[in-house]
Amino acid sequence: MDSEEAVGTPPTAAEGPDEPARPTIPAQHDRFVRAQQSEEFAELRRAHRSFAFPLTLAFVTWYLLYVLLSNYAGSFMDIRVLGHVNVAFVLGLAQFLTTFLIAWWYARHAAAKIDPKAEALKARMEAAE
Amino acid sequence: MTNPPIATGTWHTAAQPLAAGGGAGDHRTLIISLFSVFVAITLAITVWAGRQTKDATDFYAGGRSFSGFQNGLAVSGDYMSAASFLGIAGAISLYGYDGFLYSIGFLVAWLVALLLVAEPLRNSGRFTMADVLAHRLRQRPVRTAAGTSTIVVSIFYLLAQMVGAGALVALLLGASGEASRRWIIVLVGLVMVLYVTVGGMKGTTWVQIVKAVLLIAGTLLITVLVLTKFHWNISTLLGRAAEASGKGQAFLEPGLQYGKDSTSKLNFLSLGLALVLGTAGLPHILIRFYTVPTARAARTSVNWAIGIIGAFYLMTIALGFGATALVGPKAITASNESGNTAAPLLAQEIGGGAGSTGGAILLAVISAVAFATILAVVAGLTLASSASFAHDLWANVIRKGRTSEKEEILTAKIAAVVIGAVSILLGIFAHRLNTAALVALAFAVAASANLPTILYSLFWKRFTTRGALWSIYGGLVSSVTLVIFSPVVSGNPKALFPGMSFDWFPLGNPGLVSIPLGFLLGWAGSLLSREAADPQKYAELEVRSLTGYGAH
Repeated sequence: MDSEEAVGTPPTAAEGPDEPARPTIPAQHDRFVRAQQSEEFAELRRAHRSFAFPLTLAFVTWYLLYVLLSNYAGSFMDIRVLGHVNVAFVLGLAQFLTTFLIAWWYARHAAAKIDPKAEALKARMEAAE
Repeated sequence: MTNPPIATGTWHTAAQPLAAGGGAGDHRTLIISLFSVFVAITLAITVWAGRQTKDATDFYAGGRSFSGFQNGLAVSGDYMSAASFLGIAGAISLYGYDGFLYSIGFLVAWLVALLLVAEPLRNSGRFTMADVLAHRLRQRPVRTAAGTSTIVVSIFYLLAQMVGAGALVALLLGASGEASRRWIIVLVGLVMVLYVTVGGMKGTTWVQIVKAVLLIAGTLLITVLVLTKFHWNISTLLGRAAEASGKGQAFLEPGLQYGKDSTSKLNFLSLGLALVLGTAGLPHILIRFYTVPTARAARTSVNWAIGIIGAFYLMTIALGFGATALVGPKAITASNESGNTAAPLLAQEIGGGAGSTGGAILLAVISAVAFATILAVVAGLTLASSASFAHDLWANVIRKGRTSEKEEILTAKIAAVVIGAVSILLGIFAHRLNTAALVALAFAVAASANLPTILYSLFWKRFTTRGALWSIYGGLVSSVTLVIFSPVVSGNPKALFPGMSFDWFPLGNPGLVSIPLGFLLGWAGSLLSREAADPQKYAELEVRSLTGYGAH
């Protein structure tokens, strides 16, 4: 693979974006670069990343915390809350609850903040074709 | 020695509680009838779908004609495999709380797919995961790598399903059933190849939908019956399970399976990591997002899937603990040491016990549902791997884009037949392993080899072809190698090769090492590339993936 890499990439049709039939003409790349650098696109990107990235970090941390507690905090997890139901169970069920809530929250955020921006940009690019 | 993850049970065909029961003959006839009805209906759907399958978009992506809800059901059908139904119920029934981690990890994992992967993938790809990478990376080496890892992950997953099928057959037919077990695995393989080659994605999607509805209905029925028995008091159910387990309250606390020593605790962490990061790298799940018309519909389908799968995994608690309380660990391990048959045994017990009509009927219903589950999942896996072979490896690497659509689809169909044959062979020879643990290995490979490259491609502008190759091959080779040298394969009586010992890697799941390695290699490979990332190609991918402009 390394030797191939050294050869570099001639922009042939076969190396095109996702299907060989579509030629990669510079003009088309220009359009994408211009769209990418527009203020609207920066807003769209921010609307997605500023929501999805911290939330991903949060739920992965919360999940790993739960796994680590199960491993290394036995006496805490074993505390009974109600009858035979202990802290470990309550936290496990809380994982279900937070998953449902995050899914619902993201869907709401995306419909309000991401979709309108994405559709406006897409429509503009299609109009400029 | 660490505990091999619920993994690897020894196969006991000698002890068969069911064969001894008086109703053995009845439930067999009933299961065969119910299962035949399912196969007949789904084959009819397949033929109907096949007639409507004309071009590559129909064959690979069901014409992108499914609604978010329909695809949500189909995604759930693809995801709730034998591992979920038989494996998790078995794991909980034997190890109590520790088995519950599977349910949680398998569900939380969907958030990665929802927040980061489903929509951009739908916007920028056509038929396979590699389509997305090929936008900005050099197409041929990257498609070769992605195609290879797709096929490896799918085969691990297929193996798990076939093992589940084998466990069921042994349960139903008893020690005399060795020949029948082979025939049934051959039958499962043949039907799945028919679904894929005749019905394509459209047929396979409908099979998943039918199966998802049946599985949810069957699980709901058993759950309601179990909970009614305990007067809808979860605490009573847990208490009775703890009592019957012989372990007391420890059965409901973390650590029964993974708490022995520091190595087994690391193994638990490793498993947890693989579960949560694996889903968004599973090829047969990723290609499902191409069956809907828009990214928004892809999002809707993930949300439905989270609801359906979450409800299902909540019910596995009743299934698993119910099996311990009502069937008891002795009868469960006597039937299958890794617990794969706990759910059908519970169904029989709750219907009135072995020999009763109610028991025979419920056992038949649940077994038929489990077969339907296995059949649908293997069809999805076969479609994903044959699509990747035909579209990535054949059409774009071997033939370098100079093929017709017709030839590509024919190649996919031939690949489906070959993959079907491989999985039949695997199913016949491999039957010692536990199905949930095997699937967890597939998750580890997917999280190590596929997820880093998908995320870097979509979100990191300096990612290069070399980064992708290092990450995919590095993640793939490290995870598979570590599995080979793990306690799952050798070194203890429960391993795949119990007589040998080359188990120098102590963890049953490689995720803890191979997943960070996959991410690290993708980063290092990109920084050490001689060619810089092409900002123009990244601009194109980023704009397409976020706006849906030019989506297929």
